Amino acid sequence: MKHLTKSPEETQKLAEEFARNLKGGEIILLNGDLGAGKTCFVQGLASALDIPPTVYVRSPTFALINEYLGGRLSLYHFDFYRLGDPSELDSLGIEEYLFSDGVTAIEWADKFPDELPENAISINFRVIDENSREINFL
Amino acid sequence: MKILGIESSCDETAVAIIDSGKILSSLIATQHDVHERFGGVVPELASRRHMENIVPLVSGALQEASMDLDDIEGIAVTNAPGLVGSLLVGISMAKGIAYSKNLPLIGVNHLEGHLNAAMLEFGNVPTPYVGLVVSGGHTSLYFVEGFGKYRLLGATRDDAAGEAFDKVAKLLELGYPGGPAIDKVSVNGNAKAFSFTKPQFSNRTLKGVTPREFDFSFSGIKTAVLHLYKKQNDLSKKFISDLAASFQESVAKILVDQLIAAAKTSGAEAVVISGGVAANRRLRSLLKERADTEKLKSFIPSMEFCTDNAAMIAYIGERRLELGDKSDFTLNAVGNQEIGI
Repeated sequence: MKHLTKSPEETQKLAEEFARNLKGGEIILLNGDLGAGKTCFVQGLASALDIPPTVYVRSPTFALINEYLGGRLSLYHFDFYRLGDPSELDSLGIEEYLFSDGVTAIEWADKFPDELPENAISINFRVIDENSREINFL
Repeated sequence: MKILGIESSCDETAVAIIDSGKILSSLIATQHDVHERFGGVVPELASRRHMENIVPLVSGALQEASMDLDDIEGIAVTNAPGLVGSLLVGISMAKGIAYSKNLPLIGVNHLEGHLNAAMLEFGNVPTPYVGLVVSGGHTSLYFVEGFGKYRLLGATRDDAAGEAFDKVAKLLELGYPGGPAIDKVSVNGNAKAFSFTKPQFSNRTLKGVTPREFDFSFSGIKTAVLHLYKKQNDLSKKFISDLAASFQESVAKILVDQLIAAAKTSGAEAVVISGGVAANRRLRSLLKERADTEKLKSFIPSMEFCTDNAAMIAYIGERRLELGDKSDFTLNAVGNQEIGI
């Protein structure tokens, strides 16, 4: 299902509505260009999962994994942007997260589609213009 | 006290020996060559390289200081934050030496190292001061009352400044690491060619976030550069250098404005910067200029103390040990860890 958002706030709001149905154990694959709203979407997820507001949800490009704890469900935020080879997922210990009770969100997941479970939820982000984004739940 | 410091949190392996705050040796093996091809640090490669580098670096640092391990009185090692696999290489080495030589082990937070890096060069910085740690993974502003007394005044809510540099450099095909690449091409560019809206938090407060007064955001500027680039048909050298220079100017201005405003609000005596992005020439000159105008003392360390190094880790180790503070052998790597909160 496709949605059009017209600001970062609308992208977050969409993420919050989506997050209401999360029960834990979900794996969410976020794909789309730089600046398409992937991290922004995860900020909305965190808000809806009652992650404490003192915990900042940031781009995990550098850290590769950010963990946000203390909410209704734990949220694990991955970014494959810098990874060069699927074998590196093992060294990150990704399996532990994928089979946890928390919610796992992965930016740039389409770099290694074969390494991720088939039951994952895919969401594609497309830049329409400076402020508008098309967000497609596959 | 003669302290051996080890740093392996990101893409540099570094070992240093200090004694009473004075550097006896400080060695760094950079991995920029291997990571350049991928446009960023590749974690698996990074930890393998750390493993190859660390033993020769320890020997080299001892040799340069004309010492052997029996002369060393403590081992300091970065244990957070960073890539866990990379941190573990340094921690394992540190534990091995500490255990076999029966020496105290001190785990050090990388950010605390950066925040005190200016001490290595200037000996003393008047307190209280406001320190900005700005790198590929961090953009954090602290109020420093004294050693170990830090209060986080603000931090990035999305991308670190260095991450924005890396991503913009990749977009403009300028290479990795992005900071030096943009610094270089900006020399020929017009920094006023493009202007970017300053992030406004007052009327655009993100949901679910408790704002700090001096927070940063760089995601919007990164996206704005992307749009300008995509809209442009003729990607001339001039366009690229103008865009790079304007981006750099804008990031430098945001960082310096926040730093100066935080210092004035908190009644700090001085301003200090550190971290990889603090090696950016425009940021350095702008900070000096603004601090002078505002009559604030500025401490801008040499490039070697801004970028990752082990001397700052050894420095913290020595100060800690003097206070009787050390870690036990359960010391572990922690990927995400803030200080001053």
